Amino acid sequence: MGTATRTDAVPVWRRRRARIYDREAPLGYLLLAPTLVVLGIFLLYPFLFGIWLSITDSELGKLGEFIGLGNYRFEWRNTDGVFYTAVVNTFLYTGVTTVFKLGLGLVMALLLNQVIPFRRFVRAALLLPYIIPTVLSYEAWRWMFDPTFSVVNWLLVHTHLAAYPGPNWLGVPANAMAALMIVNIWRGTPFYAISFLAGMQVIPVDLYEAARVDGATRWQQLTNITLPMLRPVLLVVLLLSTILTFADFQGPFVLTNGAPYNSTQLLSIWAYQWGIPGGAIGLGAAISLVLFPLLTIVVAGVLFLLRRPE
Amino acid sequence: MASVTYEHVTKKFSAETTAVNDLSLSIRDTEFMVLVGPSGCGKSTALRMLAGLEDITAGQIKIDDQVVNKMAPRDRDVAMVFQSYALYPHMSVYDNMAFGLKMRGTPRTEIGSLVKEAGRILRLDKLLIRKPRQLSGGQRQRVALGRAIVRHPRVFLLDEPLSNLDAMLRVQTRIELQKMHQRLGTTFIYVTHDQVEAMTMGDRIAVMKDGVLQQVAPPREIYDKPVNMYVAGFIGSPRMNFLPVTISNRQAKASGFDLNLPEAPGLAHGILGIRPEHFLPNFSSDAAAIDLKVEVLEVLGADQYLYGKVGSDDLTARVDPQLKVTVGDRVRLGVNMQRLHLFDPATEKAVL
Repeated sequence: MGTATRTDAVPVWRRRRARIYDREAPLGYLLLAPTLVVLGIFLLYPFLFGIWLSITDSELGKLGEFIGLGNYRFEWRNTDGVFYTAVVNTFLYTGVTTVFKLGLGLVMALLLNQVIPFRRFVRAALLLPYIIPTVLSYEAWRWMFDPTFSVVNWLLVHTHLAAYPGPNWLGVPANAMAALMIVNIWRGTPFYAISFLAGMQVIPVDLYEAARVDGATRWQQLTNITLPMLRPVLLVVLLLSTILTFADFQGPFVLTNGAPYNSTQLLSIWAYQWGIPGGAIGLGAAISLVLFPLLTIVVAGVLFLLRRPE
Repeated sequence: MASVTYEHVTKKFSAETTAVNDLSLSIRDTEFMVLVGPSGCGKSTALRMLAGLEDITAGQIKIDDQVVNKMAPRDRDVAMVFQSYALYPHMSVYDNMAFGLKMRGTPRTEIGSLVKEAGRILRLDKLLIRKPRQLSGGQRQRVALGRAIVRHPRVFLLDEPLSNLDAMLRVQTRIELQKMHQRLGTTFIYVTHDQVEAMTMGDRIAVMKDGVLQQVAPPREIYDKPVNMYVAGFIGSPRMNFLPVTISNRQAKASGFDLNLPEAPGLAHGILGIRPEHFLPNFSSDAAAIDLKVEVLEVLGADQYLYGKVGSDDLTARVDPQLKVTVGDRVRLGVNMQRLHLFDPATEKAVL
């Protein structure tokens, strides 16, 4: 007459199931599976499909044949010179706007971190460019840049900063690029400022007090305390912003769509023009995929610049 | 090396909150002055005003003969050790200590030798390349001290520098701080809420309460002759016993005993103050004595504390640990008449 132990009392199938729940690795994969499925459907599949499209002669509505690197060769040969213009413009657009967004965002955050009247209101208002639906705000900008009927030139002319009728913003190559950058900076700076502000607010106040007693001026406090302590935030913001600006589409599409004469052509716009209105979806995919290695290089560069100084 | 003078200094954070109220205090050159009081008593604010971290609402602070009210912290030549240490987390120990010198434009070679010397004094020589997060609490505390001493400031300000250390390290560091004070021969102003730190380290102690300075005196005098009930209760552990008494001529009558005061105080009611350590196990039959009904007892090895009641009043007594007592016993103890305190219940000021 043996006494039944607890394990004897539990059926075998149930014990086996219990074991799966108890072992960490299988349970981990089990819990990870839903996320992997979602990521696979919404990220991996489009990405791989894009790569596949780029090596076919697909057109809209018709999956094409495999043509190897034919699309890339077309870009490379660069029959009309637009590809290289787009590459240079993309780098220029990203580089210039990032520098300005970084600088202005930092200044804005520093100002907002002071005790100023209506601080909460100003902080909320700062996010406005970020909240307005982009197409709306870009349309507004396009109107403001109108050479004859717009507020920008009216102001410039009436304050005698420019001769009548004022610069033709979107019709002249250099001006158009500048306009694109201004709008991108206008929209992107709040993101920098708010992120920097959040980073600044977690810096302990007593570090500044110690620095003041140690004899640091306001400027020395900025360079010796604020900026080094802000480095992790700086890194993330710069990385995100670089990636988003590099692949920016909405602003340039609404404002110039590559005009005049492809002078503001960016890789994202060019990929769209070939792929959707032009119907050559395979070539479009190939153009946008060129962004990928370039972006990798840029991101590596940013990471290198901001590496931990040890 | 410098003296520090507070002249009628007041600090208001808003119309209702006065952190420091009309503080006048003069600290001598090379003195070790301790500001002590419970949290919120204004001691840290007083220190921060001297450092230049808080504006002064009214009055004057002088370092030597120079009024520093409007002077920037960097020009006051004071060094401060913060409760949190406030080490720069992204800098090495060396850079933390060198920071103040760099900001003042000290030549690089001189910085090197000053930092190395401070590192040697504080036994940090092997840690100079580490970051603060790689240090223990005690080491961080020493870096904070090192950051202050490398600059050879005129005045050292220490804001509860020991409160983040464990008990053993605190005692050890307390002694090291005293040695450092002797070696440096600089004015130290030390803020703490711990009366033991105040008693052991201060040349003089300034006791504060609700922004008001209560008494400034050397530790012994603070203990022997507290000017009011607050100081009497704050300094000394366990706390002084306060027993309400009615007085007629020289005789004071408490709920459980009466005794003859050394002189007539001219009050009808008073509060008698007797420290727990001022009860005598042996006493002559005609001396004042109490009958303590023991409710709780604590044996600490070197001491034994009896907590109980005399008449209707609570009372604590420190007695010889050899004395055999159990809970519920009635113990008869003599009162050391030389160490008696009497306070006016209306003003809480000492009258005897």
